[in-house]
Amino acid sequence: MRRVAVVGVGISKFGYRPDVSLPELAWEAVKEALDDARLDAKDIEAYVVGNVGGWSSEPLPAVVVGEYCGLAPSSGIRVEAACASGSSAVRTAYHMVASGEADIVMAMGVEKMNESPTPTVVEFIGRAGNYFWEFENFGLTFPGYYALHATAYMNKYGATEADLCEVAVKNHYYGSLNPKAQFQKPITLEECLKSRYVAWPLKLYDSSPITDGSAAVILASEEVAKKITDTPVWIKAIGAANGTSNLSKREDFTGLEAARLAAQRAYRKAGIDPNEPVKYLDVAEVHDCFTIAEIMAYEDLGFAKRGEGYKLAREKQTYIGGVIPVNLSGGLKAKGHPIGATGVAMIAELTRQLRQEVERGRQAPIKKGMALAHNVGGTGHYAFVTILSL
Amino acid sequence: MSTVIEKLREYLDKAEAEQIRQLDQLVAATGLPVYKDPKTGALVWVDVRELRLRFQLSVNKIAKFVEGLSQERLYYTVCKRCGAKYFPPQADCPRCKASDMEWREVSREGELITWTVINVKPASFAHNKDYVVGIVRMPEGFNITAWVDADPSALRPGMRLRLVVGRRPGENYITYWFRPAQ
Repeated sequence: MRRVAVVGVGISKFGYRPDVSLPELAWEAVKEALDDARLDAKDIEAYVVGNVGGWSSEPLPAVVVGEYCGLAPSSGIRVEAACASGSSAVRTAYHMVASGEADIVMAMGVEKMNESPTPTVVEFIGRAGNYFWEFENFGLTFPGYYALHATAYMNKYGATEADLCEVAVKNHYYGSLNPKAQFQKPITLEECLKSRYVAWPLKLYDSSPITDGSAAVILASEEVAKKITDTPVWIKAIGAANGTSNLSKREDFTGLEAARLAAQRAYRKAGIDPNEPVKYLDVAEVHDCFTIAEIMAYEDLGFAKRGEGYKLAREKQTYIGGVIPVNLSGGLKAKGHPIGATGVAMIAELTRQLRQEVERGRQAPIKKGMALAHNVGGTGHYAFVTILSL
Repeated sequence: MSTVIEKLREYLDKAEAEQIRQLDQLVAATGLPVYKDPKTGALVWVDVRELRLRFQLSVNKIAKFVEGLSQERLYYTVCKRCGAKYFPPQADCPRCKASDMEWREVSREGELITWTVINVKPASFAHNKDYVVGIVRMPEGFNITAWVDADPSALRPGMRLRLVVGRRPGENYITYWFRPAQ
């Protein structure tokens, strides 16, 4: 297997984007990534599009986006891994380059969730557990799936709704410093605690929004990377795992087994001690579709001991200057969560973090040269942990 | 009396009626199904081709489960070769690759593991009041996800719940749910 570098990244403005069509939205990120790598569309040998769709009108988004962005006739496909579709796109592109099939491959993610009204989007995501056994009769929603975890976690470890809200407060704070974020206003703990319930015990401010957005990263082989950039960021390891479709088949509801497994696999490959991963990492982007997800991520990734993740949030240890800075982009919570684009956006953000080129106030100190992306699809139906290094 | 399907259709139609009326007005006035988004001023084309989806799911291999529901019983499967237990019931055992299953009735009581209240509902459940969904550990060793007919503030982890199979009030089709055991 060949070494693979990220040589160009781009992210669209996230948010409510009725001003652009799906391919126009994709182009915003694609153009930025091409400019960043100083490449043209014709240099891209193959591309992989993370998109879940259903709520948007295009059933074959990879083809439509490829045509608009001038990527035809290179080979392009769409991949799906629920909210981790972006990471699966990066992983597929990584394999294409690592295996020697191609030298320059683009992974992108694009989602226009606002092409459908909110109740329809809620319906679509709710159907994305196990349709017959969870949705047809019981109408579970996505906040509902995570709320089942929040209830179990809070009952077992004594975390409170305020602890969950600490995550939202932090992510909104960093989102306010990120011009690409959907929400650019800090929130207070009180505002979060007073927001209405979406799926008890999770509230509106515990939840990531419905978002339109796109992201793109260009991957290149070592030989090519060294020719086109002085600042390659290497994909050191990708760990992936699946969980069950039915939540009822899970052993416990206080963490995500798939994420734990994906982390172990990535750590082994990257040579990171799984008992002390924070010693190796400068910064992490973790899947905070709901605040409880970020707290479980701290534990699944080994940033905190089991049952103590909420203490990291309570003690503000995941701000810059703490044990490990997490979600300096604003996370899914404030930056927004365009499902297919999220995983790609994490890699783009961390590449910029490692290159030390993000905005003042949300740049992590880069001392060790390693960063981690944790992207969960569904409620641990899929999990990807990607390690980047200088 | 209209069926649950008709009722749901009427509900969704009613919810969409105003939008459809506005779309017709737009087309009548301008000849185009376009409007300026009030929030951003962006020009938006409203799709005139509606896609209605209602899937046909095979329950052929779990016909016994469906038959059980009609008798107000809930069944799971046990692999005759290796003894693996399945709920939701499976017709095939991936553990030993056999497809010879015994159908057994699920116990009537279990323990609540976790729960939530669905406050913001999907479009097709919007006609319901907020409902409680729980995951219950059954003595057989598997869990069951279902509605819990109880005041959520009275629920506790480990609480004993009784399984009910019957016609769901309001929707009138047979399904299963839990309520606090006496």
